Amino acid sequence: MLWYLGRRLLQVIPVFLGATLLLYAMVFLRPGDPVAALGGERGLPEAVQEQIRAEYNLDKPFVIQYLLFLRGVVTLDFGVDFRGREITDVIANAFPVTIQLALMALAFEAIFGIGFGLVAGMRKGGIFDGSALVVSLIFIAVPTFVVGFVMQIVVGVRLGWLPVSAGRDPDFISLLMPAMVLAAVSFAYVLRLTRTSVAENMSADYVRTARARGLRRSEVTGRHVLRNSLIPVVTFLGADIGALMSGAIITEGIFNINGVGGTLYDAIIRGESVTVVSLTTVLVLVYIAANLLVDLLYAALDPRIRYA
Amino acid sequence: MPDNRYENPGGSVTPTPRPGQERYVAPIDEGGLGAVDAVKADDAPTSLWRDAWHQMRGRWLFWISAAIIVLVVLVAAFPGLFTSLNPRVCNLADALGGPQAGHPFGFDRQGCDIYTRTIFGARASVVVGVLATTMVVVLGTAIGAVAGYYGKWFDTILSRITDIFFAIPLVLAAIVIMSVTTNRTSFTVAFVLALFGWTQIARITRGTVLSVKNNEFVTAARSLGMGRGQILWKHVLPNSAAPIIVYATVALGQFIVAEATLSFLGIGLPPSTVSWGGDISAAQGAIRTAPEILLYPAGGLALTVLGFMMMGDVVRDALDPKARKR
Repeated sequence: MLWYLGRRLLQVIPVFLGATLLLYAMVFLRPGDPVAALGGERGLPEAVQEQIRAEYNLDKPFVIQYLLFLRGVVTLDFGVDFRGREITDVIANAFPVTIQLALMALAFEAIFGIGFGLVAGMRKGGIFDGSALVVSLIFIAVPTFVVGFVMQIVVGVRLGWLPVSAGRDPDFISLLMPAMVLAAVSFAYVLRLTRTSVAENMSADYVRTARARGLRRSEVTGRHVLRNSLIPVVTFLGADIGALMSGAIITEGIFNINGVGGTLYDAIIRGESVTVVSLTTVLVLVYIAANLLVDLLYAALDPRIRYA
Repeated sequence: MPDNRYENPGGSVTPTPRPGQERYVAPIDEGGLGAVDAVKADDAPTSLWRDAWHQMRGRWLFWISAAIIVLVVLVAAFPGLFTSLNPRVCNLADALGGPQAGHPFGFDRQGCDIYTRTIFGARASVVVGVLATTMVVVLGTAIGAVAGYYGKWFDTILSRITDIFFAIPLVLAAIVIMSVTTNRTSFTVAFVLALFGWTQIARITRGTVLSVKNNEFVTAARSLGMGRGQILWKHVLPNSAAPIIVYATVALGQFIVAEATLSFLGIGLPPSTVSWGGDISAAQGAIRTAPEILLYPAGGLALTVLGFMMMGDVVRDALDPKARKR
């Protein structure tokens, strides 16, 4: 296990370097000069532009820029954006809401996805199974932003059950609807994954043995079927944390939440290259860390993987 | 006493063989090889694809999804067959007007006929989806197959590159690139989506190729003197195709959704291109007063994605013997 852990950790380093380099290149090698655009229609004097370029290391070769940026990532000092705000502060402001939103969405998809998936998988081919499959396909087929609008109109405006938008410093109640919308697609995947896994395990020999021994139905389901079926589902849920956080860019826009998504979109539109790179780097780090955690969890659960 | 003599084709009578040395000579078969083939054709089909076809044919889900796909492709290819109006000719006086004769869905905020725009919007989604999926299948299969089949440092390098691209979420990367792309066409959108969307197919292909390449028929082909590249192309890839095809149908749906998301954010297809994502985005402005405008392009989008997703489900069930066993 220790050997596996070490090897897996070593593999993360080139992936992190490669992914950040790619992102950095995407943002900084793009056409257009963000410094020249700062002055608007009239433009800034050449000397001021030179000074700003020197301040943000934009006058140095690309590779040096990237290495300086990496040093910032390691020392947790991302520098300041074009408006003079510390980017570390921007990140600290944006992430708590998004983390809360992502965790709530994760709870939604885990509870409902596993619950419905279990019932559907145990009666494969039944009416509940059929309707659950169709509903899950609809959730996958309808884009997140459409689900968001429909929920806003129906639940928020017509029924008035939940607040329509979250705004600044949202509380638990106002994040409920955004979390449901964010969870919608993943919920469908969790449902389908649980269903397939449960249905497969229901016909396994050990389940038949457990039944033959006279165990009660609930015991067979809880102790044998569910536990064995959850391994792939847990894997999916773990990897989904990272996906949910970057997927929040749409949901946060619809519900007017000031999280990572909103800040990032704003920064992209304004051409705040440093902010864009810093935020996406943190997102990629979360994504890599979540995947690493899942791999380790998986190796702990299933010995076949450790020795492969 | 039994007659042990037999006649040979020449007609001459040979001496009776001694006991223990009797030989049986089969009569010449006048039926030819056709009789042998005929027996085989009556047997149950044995190839994976024939089996799958038999399995799919009996499911209503297959026929529904096939009908949706055919309809959507037809609408995308020949929108003129379904409407005689021009989606770009709009009259502001009609803005937000309800359904009337000749305009079954009513008018949007700009006074354009919603039915016509929904029909013409199909093309953008289908073109982006098909283009992106084609690119992803070619790129992902090539990278995955080379990594899995040639192994060693090919595998090490290609797998790390796959990991790097996998670590960047698709929509995030697409937003960063598309926000600075000035030349926004169906092709550029598909290209950007494919550039960051190929990793899953590469991983799937690598996995299947790894398991297929150790089969006896590969060893047989090699011992018969077949070249490595030829074996990969003729034997390994065709036998790895099933999971790739299943994933491709699902990916097509996902790319269509991703394109709509980009167009919705205003960084996908330009407003001059009629697209469902763009129309949903436009309908957003009137969401409180006339929410039904949003439902038509969204419905077209959902129906299209649903068709491809259901087809993927059916094909997967048919190709997976484990799922077939009841």
